[in-house]
Amino acid sequence: MASMNSGAIQVKGEVLDVQRTGKYFLMSVTAPGVAERTQPGQFITVGMGGQESSMILRRSFAIQRVQSRGMYGGTLEFVVSPVGLGTNWLTKLRRHDPLDLVGPLGKPFTLPTKPVTCVLVGGGYGSAPLILLAESLRDRGCRVDTIVGASTEDKLYGGLELKRVSTSLTLTTEDGTAGVRGRVTDVLKATLDTSQVDVVYACGPMPMLASVAAESMARKVFSQCSVEESMACGIGVCMTCVLPVIGEDGITRMLRSCVDGPIFRGDRVRWSEIGTVPEGTWGSEALRS
Amino acid sequence: MTRKIVSSGNVSGNYGNARCDLRATLGSLEIPSAILTASGCAAAGRELDNYFDITQIGGIVTKSIMLAPRSGRATPRMAETPSGMLNSIGLQGPGVESFIENDLVWLRQRGARTIVSIAGGTAEEFGKVAAKLRIAGGFDAIEVNISCPNVEDRGQVFACRPDSAAQVVQTVRRNSDSKIPIFAKLSPDVTDIVDIARSVSQAGATGVSVINTLLGMVINTTTMRPALAGVTGGVSGPAIRPVAVRCVWQIRSALPDLPIIGMGGIRSGHDALEFILAGANAISVGTSIFNDPSAPMRIQTELQQELASRGFTSLAQAVSYAHREADIASMEEAPSSAAEDSETEWDFISE
Repeated sequence: MASMNSGAIQVKGEVLDVQRTGKYFLMSVTAPGVAERTQPGQFITVGMGGQESSMILRRSFAIQRVQSRGMYGGTLEFVVSPVGLGTNWLTKLRRHDPLDLVGPLGKPFTLPTKPVTCVLVGGGYGSAPLILLAESLRDRGCRVDTIVGASTEDKLYGGLELKRVSTSLTLTTEDGTAGVRGRVTDVLKATLDTSQVDVVYACGPMPMLASVAAESMARKVFSQCSVEESMACGIGVCMTCVLPVIGEDGITRMLRSCVDGPIFRGDRVRWSEIGTVPEGTWGSEALRS
Repeated sequence: MTRKIVSSGNVSGNYGNARCDLRATLGSLEIPSAILTASGCAAAGRELDNYFDITQIGGIVTKSIMLAPRSGRATPRMAETPSGMLNSIGLQGPGVESFIENDLVWLRQRGARTIVSIAGGTAEEFGKVAAKLRIAGGFDAIEVNISCPNVEDRGQVFACRPDSAAQVVQTVRRNSDSKIPIFAKLSPDVTDIVDIARSVSQAGATGVSVINTLLGMVINTTTMRPALAGVTGGVSGPAIRPVAVRCVWQIRSALPDLPIIGMGGIRSGHDALEFILAGANAISVGTSIFNDPSAPMRIQTELQQELASRGFTSLAQAVSYAHREADIASMEEAPSSAAEDSETEWDFISE
């Protein structure tokens, strides 16, 4: 039951580069010791605004790529969507500004032991961790068909990088400003129906993940989803980022995204009941008495 | 932040490496360092051991444990607030039996001092949890959480009334080993916290832990609904620090000998010192752990420097120091500076 981030460390990093890409910002930072340990699907947390900041909570970001050697030692990249006080502060940082980093956190994607066919599905900047994943899968000789989508063109992310590391890449936008008009799940359904797929990996908004999991399950394809829940600590002590997940024993528990996830099997998460404590959840009797 | 230590004139040496005895005595509980974690912010210590050696601080105060497993509330459970946060977890936990088998065993093997926080829906439940812990043993003290705002009966927590607070403490006392120190965790959301402190003390509490979170609320302006699924929650973090310091001060003024564990938004050694000076014998670091997982260890080092730079050789000397009569030294300074002023500012008048 106890989940741990035993490989995680807290380090002082430094900003190397902040690059605008569409609606997002790509941050490159030094993270000595973190980069070297990172596996695909893991994340870091960043302290916001320095030690006197009124923003108490760290923000978490999926790791997009790592470099364990080079002139700066271990470095890593993550993408930021500037939507609030913290993320806006972060994207205004400049080269050499210090950062308080903790990582690598969370359970990584489970990788196949054989060179199988994988479909990667990314929504919005959720495609970021798929870059590191695709590289690992290709190293294992897997076929990697990637589908990346967003509502509109400037919210697409990582297309160029993913094109380089994937066997094939399909882009979708809901308004048709780039790639196929429609949703990633439309393309996923067609792919699942027309070709032999062994594993589906997905990262993006919760409704997209719910749909990916459902389509995969309907065709008995194994899926793994990286969830995005708001976290306070990122290290497993605050119990904020929980969601209902069915265990191997068939019992639903409120599991922490930060240490039990963020990668969950698609068929284990009770997607439509996120935000609730479903009937029968372990220890939920007190709520209903 | 690198705090520059300024000499107060009566201490020599390198304050950066200053050693100051941080031992704390809380009734029969003696701990080598007055720095504890706050309940609900450190789980059962295991996760934090990755970021600092948990045996090197005073001890771990575990997340409140109840009799049965508990799923906690639905999400969202948290919202950030200015210099703080609002939470409504709802005491998610594995239940006392699993806690004893897994967490308590691990803490003991790890060699960490442990204060077990317990909670219950009724005084009887508190008693049953305490009885199970009594059989298990292997911990240093109990903290009785009579003030969690995220239970079913919101606003009606045991700690809101002297009689219900005392009843729970009495029940826990009866069901615990007589040598085990018991601390009652109090809520600041009361008319007179001193009344409650006095009541639990008379009911058999060794001391008090002050404060729990303040009941609060945030509205999400996008959904235009309450931000938390539980609607209301507990406010914690540096935003509540002045309230906490006030509570420690008031209890210390009224009850000079009652052991007090102070907590509420402690983020630095400087903040910890405020609580010690106000009358706390030890302090707990809570929400700041979410901000910085190694905060308890950092604060311990910083507190040592803060104390040494003010000429204290032990933390015990500083406890309640803000309650002393005005210094003779400052009394002497005051007239001399007034004399200087009189020469420069009152020269327009001749007597």
